[in-house]
Amino acid sequence: MARLNPDNLVIARQILGRYPHSRSALIPLLHLAQEQDGWVSEEAMVHIAELLDVTPAEVLGTASFYEMFKREPVGRYLVNVCTNISCLLVGGEELLEHCTERLGVPVGGTTEDGVFSVEEVECIAACTDAPCLQVNYRYFPTMTPDAADLLFDDLRAGRLDDVVPPHGTLSRLRPVADAERWAGRGAEGLPAVPGQQGRS
Amino acid sequence: MAVSEVAPIVSARRADPGARSIEGYLADGGYEGLRAALARPPGEVVDEVKAAQLLGRGGAGFPAGQKWGFLPPGKQPYYLVVNGDESEPGTCKDRVILENDPHLLVEGTLICAYAIGAAQAFIYIRGEMALAQERVIAAVEEAYQRGFAGRDICGSGFSVDVVVHWGAGAYIVGEETALLESLEGKRGMPRLKPPYFPAAIGLYGQPTVVNNVETLANLPWVLRHGADAFLALGTERAHGTRLFAVSGHVRKPGVFEVEYGTTTFRDVIFDDRYAGGIRDGNQLKAFIPGGSSAPWLFPEHLDLALDPSVVGPAGSMLGSGAIVVMDETTDAVRAALRLVRFYAHESCGKCTPCREGTTWLATILSRVVRGGGRADDLDLLLDVADNISPPPFPRAGWADQAIAPVPFPYRRTTICDLGPSVVSPLRSAIERFRPEFEAYLARAVAADGEGDDPAAIPVAVSR
Repeated sequence: MARLNPDNLVIARQILGRYPHSRSALIPLLHLAQEQDGWVSEEAMVHIAELLDVTPAEVLGTASFYEMFKREPVGRYLVNVCTNISCLLVGGEELLEHCTERLGVPVGGTTEDGVFSVEEVECIAACTDAPCLQVNYRYFPTMTPDAADLLFDDLRAGRLDDVVPPHGTLSRLRPVADAERWAGRGAEGLPAVPGQQGRS
Repeated sequence: MAVSEVAPIVSARRADPGARSIEGYLADGGYEGLRAALARPPGEVVDEVKAAQLLGRGGAGFPAGQKWGFLPPGKQPYYLVVNGDESEPGTCKDRVILENDPHLLVEGTLICAYAIGAAQAFIYIRGEMALAQERVIAAVEEAYQRGFAGRDICGSGFSVDVVVHWGAGAYIVGEETALLESLEGKRGMPRLKPPYFPAAIGLYGQPTVVNNVETLANLPWVLRHGADAFLALGTERAHGTRLFAVSGHVRKPGVFEVEYGTTTFRDVIFDDRYAGGIRDGNQLKAFIPGGSSAPWLFPEHLDLALDPSVVGPAGSMLGSGAIVVMDETTDAVRAALRLVRFYAHESCGKCTPCREGTTWLATILSRVVRGGGRADDLDLLLDVADNISPPPFPRAGWADQAIAPVPFPYRRTTICDLGPSVVSPLRSAIERFRPEFEAYLARAVAADGEGDDPAAIPVAVSR
């Protein structure tokens, strides 16, 4: 619900340092904000705009294009059920229907306790493991209604905390950005990139 | 069924978790391809890859070495962008490499960067693939620690930075110019063409090579074994091996690496070493040969070779190597609707024929399925489709009715191929299974307008 906190601001500056043009950091910074708050707030977008020297509208323009950026809060666990062709053929729609009934929310809805949101999604590249769903972008292959029930119980009981981080956290690793490594500096003898903005 | 089994090139280590670490990868000959490349001038590496006639594995099938050759001399810096935004419905082969053999991709990326003289390489991974991101980040860090990336790689004097970047959910970003827009922090909309290749104007306006994950994963092998060994595999116009994801109504869905060009659809769908045939002893109804954007093929096409120069003239494409199998229980109308909805949802909105066309196709087909269809809806659907991709649209030939195939590719009224792609499932289903559509229309008892709500188009269409 806020601007990036001091720790994340340090990370944000490292992310900025990876790119010859700062605007390339826009999507990574939106991910960072979502990791912090679980969604992307207006304040966070304004902060990102300041960091990148673009307008807040430009940040919103990009944020609103991409499916993964949530501009309002979602559940701690985002359950993404694929119903595209390979999953459809082996029960993806029925799986989605089961999930919404079991959790008592419509597609796109969040449970009252804020634990689960359910979405119908397009192909998640797990076609040979269909029907498949993701929870916070972790794969759960060849699902059945019973397996989904067990999964929800395990998530609610915290038994999968090691496997499924809270919503917003994608990769739990960060590329190291030491001072020697940024924006093509490794390649010596190259002419400066037009309009290049170095790390401040 | 004579399937010639060959040693895998890009999936050799997929079942070996140890190979995800650099120690395991090095123990299996890892980074030998990079060393071999660094021992030669970059121009020779380009020539080697050109000689291998390595076709791009992302969908378009353009020769990789030739793509590199388009870089204009003297316009540094050059960039390399790895397209790991695998999103085509039915496709899950790049993820096999990203998650299970990340160093293979990193090595391939470094070889390409050396060959083209890239100042920086960006590995763009699909946003939803969290595990792939973690594994590739770890591999890149290890490569830096061991001196395979960064400054003065292996004492060669060559330096390149490798940045792992990931998206945030948008199918269209798999289109290479949309991917560059996305990497520049913008909405992922394809760029106007010409220029047709980012080699002319790419990332930040600089010459850029964009290659698919599987394409680059071939490079270490090509550099270690040479172009001749690569040419020895496959056929005259399809060399090496290729990953095919076989999904849908088969007994053993999976991603299989087979010799390119010599293997047939029948082999990968029915052979016990691959997908093992149709589930429950059912009959094959139709199959999508190359991702959801490919026109459908039917049982009479099973003996076509997995070779772009065979499948293209036959009226479809191998695209992204995704074979989706539909058995006799499949409702062709609903299958087509699901894919039409996909394209409507993923249209970026830049070109009017695509933005409006895909949305109206989904609206009209939805009402047909929900029992609100009108008598002329099928003609209307085909008319809308013709405005996105002017006829004749590619189609498979039907020998029994003396209908000749219309060869790939399609024509288009749009900047990119997303729009025309919606026509593939729609036309395939209507032309082949028209009685199924008419059965839905016959059930249409409701008054006009029922199920006509455009707001129902985005993903949550009720059934």
